[in-house]
Amino acid sequence: MGCPKMTETNLYLTMKGTNEGIIVYLDDQCSFITLLNELGSQVKSDTIENTTEVIINCQNRYLQDWQREEIRQVVEEQSSLKVKSIESNVLSHEEALTWFDQSTIKPFVKTVRSGQVLHVEGDALILGDINPGATVNATGNIFVLGQLKGIAHAGYAEGTEHVVVASYMNPNQIRIANKISRAPDYEMQGSSREFAYINQETGQIELEQIHNLQKIRPNLTDIVERGL
Amino acid sequence: MGEAIVITSGKGGVGKTTTTANIGTALALQDKKVCLIDTDIGLRNLDVILGLENRIIFDIIDVIEGRCKLQAALVKDKRFDCLHLLPAAQSSDKNEVTPEGIKELVDELKPDYDYILIDCPAGIEQGYKNAVAGADKAIVVTTPEKSSVRDADRIIGLLEQEDLEPPHLVINRIRKHMMDSGDMLDVDDIVSTLSVELLGVIMDDEDVIRASHHGNPVAFQPDTKASICYRNISRRILGESVPLMSFDEDKGIMVKVKKLLGMK
Ligand SMILES: Nc1ncnc2c1ncn2[C@@H]1O[C@H](COP(=O)(O)OP(=O)(O)O)[C@@H](O)[C@H]1O
Ligand SMILES: [Mg+2]
Repeated sequence: MGCPKMTETNLYLTMKGTNEGIIVYLDDQCSFITLLNELGSQVKSDTIENTTEVIINCQNRYLQDWQREEIRQVVEEQSSLKVKSIESNVLSHEEALTWFDQSTIKPFVKTVRSGQVLHVEGDALILGDINPGATVNATGNIFVLGQLKGIAHAGYAEGTEHVVVASYMNPNQIRIANKISRAPDYEMQGSSREFAYINQETGQIELEQIHNLQKIRPNLTDIVERGL
Repeated sequence: MGEAIVITSGKGGVGKTTTTANIGTALALQDKKVCLIDTDIGLRNLDVILGLENRIIFDIIDVIEGRCKLQAALVKDKRFDCLHLLPAAQSSDKNEVTPEGIKELVDELKPDYDYILIDCPAGIEQGYKNAVAGADKAIVVTTPEKSSVRDADRIIGLLEQEDLEPPHLVINRIRKHMMDSGDMLDVDDIVSTLSVELLGVIMDDEDVIRASHHGNPVAFQPDTKASICYRNISRRILGESVPLMSFDEDKGIMVKVKKLLGMK
């Protein structure tokens, strides 16, 4: 993007042109109302024309959802700028915990037995078997270092990118996001070292050898890529 | 101080009562003081298999409700002085029984016996909870059928939530030819699925039915195959390491030594 490298400072906001676009740093000590007013008058008077994307950085100010919305409105109504994202250095305690939950692998050293339902936030690492009639739900991926013979549901919230990996795959069912696939009605031998994923082309759950995992889901363990 | 072992399965009719009677008999044969408790209130069976039905005067409900002393309700076995039975009630209301009630009973018996075997009713409801309450250990009985193994798995999951040692497994009513033809789960499959220690296997055998019919548990017989299986189980409970018996009809010698064996 061809915008010039520039820095413009006023009491409450600093604009910087970077390779990623324009970043507007907002003061984090003044009142929110002052901030909104300043922001409004600044973008209005600004010379930048046509729709340019800006990133708003609120530094150490914690923002409620409604506050984010107001910032966005002020900018987009008073100017032709488009708010690409609103960033902040601070998370609420709750958000931090959720983030931690969603981005860590939870190990379980046990056999998950018939009738048991294990619900996991984030990725589940099962060091043991998932027996027929047992269910493991995870909002992230499911890794089974053992035999998967029951039901595994990865991407329990809505993660269509998530996978189920097992040392030995012979499940009752595999579910990923809102897709379900079940074992055939005839008796079947399981297979070793496989994973299940949603093939975007067919929209169906498919099984693959584990060595293809890197190819099919290169960002599997990259939490940034999970849109967190 | 004795050890209390509950014999349970989830599914009905897989051989809990038969196993309780026979392990009890086999332990008594080894001069252990054994008390059997029938907690299957309303479906009293254990006394019949032991041939003690006619000797019952009081039952477990009478004890719990304070109508008699615990000692008065114990029925002495006709073969062994060291084997006693606390019978279930056949008619009373089973809602009288609570886990605390059973635990109190078991604790009262423990000083006087080496082993207390608790025969559990089928299911995972109140009766199961009562039976498990007083136990230190558990033996799970299954047959080589899928449904039975599924229920055993369920029960093991529930037992793992109790304050017990990891349960041990008895696989009952094995039919060699059906395992060989793949029409039944085989022993290795079952042990691997349930991932608990195997305490022993019992074949499906008319001798078992015949013996129970006559009120003389098969373990009492000196030389039948089923009897040897039960005696081996009792020896494993006592801490001996006894190899699994071969199921091959003609060889009949112990060949298959399994590392999983032995109750420590
Ligand atoms: N090893 C065996 N071989 C043949 N029949 C058996 C064997 N074990 C149990 N049975 C029979 O199976 C039936 C159910 O056994 P029982 O011990 O009453 O089961 P449960 O107490 O689990 O309901 C009985 O008729 C019994 O004689
Ligand atoms: Mg019974």
